[in-house]
Amino acid sequence: MLSIYWKEINSFFSSLIAYMVIAVFLVMTGLFMWVFTDTSILDYNYATLEQLFSIAPLVFLFLIPAVTMSTFAEENQKGTIEFLSTKPITDFQIVMGKYLANFTLVLFALLPTLIYYYSVHVLGSPPGNLDSGGILGSYIGLTFLAAVFVAIGMWSSSITNNQIVAFIVGAFLCFFFHWAFSYLAKLPVFTGSLDSFINKIGINYHYSSISRGVLDSRDIIYFISMITIFIIATLTSLNWRKS
Amino acid sequence: MSLSVQSLTKEYGNQKAVNDLSFDVSGGTIMGFLGPNGAGKSTTMKIVSCYLSPTHGTAEVCGYDIHKNPLAVRKHIGYLPEHNPLYLDMYVREYLQFVAGIHKISNKTNRVKDLIEMTGLGKEQHKQIGALSKGYRQRVGLAQAIIHDPNVLILDEPTSGLDMNQLVDIRNLIIELGKTKTVILSTHIMQEVQAMCDRVIIINNGALVADDPIDRLSERISGEQVVTINLLDNNVDLNRLKKIKGVTKVAYTQDGIVITSDFDDDIRQQIFEHAVASGWVIIEMKKEEVSVEHVFQKLTKEIKDA
Repeated sequence: MLSIYWKEINSFFSSLIAYMVIAVFLVMTGLFMWVFTDTSILDYNYATLEQLFSIAPLVFLFLIPAVTMSTFAEENQKGTIEFLSTKPITDFQIVMGKYLANFTLVLFALLPTLIYYYSVHVLGSPPGNLDSGGILGSYIGLTFLAAVFVAIGMWSSSITNNQIVAFIVGAFLCFFFHWAFSYLAKLPVFTGSLDSFINKIGINYHYSSISRGVLDSRDIIYFISMITIFIIATLTSLNWRKS
Repeated sequence: MSLSVQSLTKEYGNQKAVNDLSFDVSGGTIMGFLGPNGAGKSTTMKIVSCYLSPTHGTAEVCGYDIHKNPLAVRKHIGYLPEHNPLYLDMYVREYLQFVAGIHKISNKTNRVKDLIEMTGLGKEQHKQIGALSKGYRQRVGLAQAIIHDPNVLILDEPTSGLDMNQLVDIRNLIIELGKTKTVILSTHIMQEVQAMCDRVIIINNGALVADDPIDRLSERISGEQVVTINLLDNNVDLNRLKKIKGVTKVAYTQDGIVITSDFDDDIRQQIFEHAVASGWVIIEMKKEEVSVEHVFQKLTKEIKDA
């Protein structure tokens, strides 16, 4: 598993992919936080990182499927999956090695945003006047959200040998699981009956809940279940190829 | 027995890619795996290396079953897939170190160094795989297949697309490896089989049609011999030759008079005696060597016609 992990990490950082992902993520969140007047903290009058946590899922929505789209689609297309799966490693080791490598890359993009926290911390009046607990919760929520997006993206990459298909399916599913359910719950058909259940299927509900700074075990179980489901789905689609 | 395939069947829909195929190979053998395109060679190799699951039947590698013990099978097998898939963006050394890591080889650097020497990759070892020529990529493919010193080596068309010099190098390497390991290789080039293999298996439409040591393969189509003669004056009555026992066909061709016989014994003596009796002067007489190519064509075509 570690061999696969390091190979993937090496290939991210020896190509442009890693730097592109990190740069695009930081530039986009940076623009919204510090430059665009509608959302800039400097014009907001509150010392908060709310902008970061509301824009980050949107950036991840297309950035993570872009990172994960090649995970298996490229191996399928080039035939290297045949090389990998005839080596003495299990499919689970292959999947986990790749999953963790993708996830690490996303964490590398997230890490520099701690500078934003520091900046807001210093700029506050008086300095340090911000809800650190809430921000910690939000960071945990965002990490979980990214972990789910990576699992979804990796699965969509495993069902095809075309990276563009993998990207589109991945981005759509990330959108669907994050936002669609909270909007679907508002349909008149479900009002008063299934609305709260449907709302809770979506990632957004649990993300907002954790972002409040309350680490509810139900949210954590939700995120872990979603990751597990998509990892199992990836294993299943790898297994299908054998028959 | 290093490799044993037992009534292997692989179905795609209602098409049988491999149909009830069984054979055994013992250690230190280089076995040629022949068959026309689509005969099921690659499919069989993929099943044995645990990439595909068979519909029925099983295979054992060094005593490990592909269903029960796939990881142990993969540990004892070195596999070079068809078209030799490689990570083109990796460097030769980096790639081999990565493969060594997967195999949990303890002294990676030394092993990779040995392999680079063994496969003649020395000059190219610092290049990106994508920048290598086909012959060198093939060497990288072979290197990754033998990195863990496997007992069984499965090579799917290891020499396709190589030039003559590369071909000879790779061939010699395979022959060298075949001294200690069981090697199974598929190919389309018949001379290659004659040059490298101890034993030949021919399959057609997924089923076994021949399984013989290389020197006995030609006996498969014994009962047919072709003799070409040239007389000082070829303009003679050919019907006289038809009286020789076993002769089925006598015909003029560009090369001379071609006599086909389905009789086992050499007919040359009789041809000579007939010629002497008729007063013909033979200036050339040759018996055609029955080549593997010939056997291959005959065996695989008969099935198709049937």
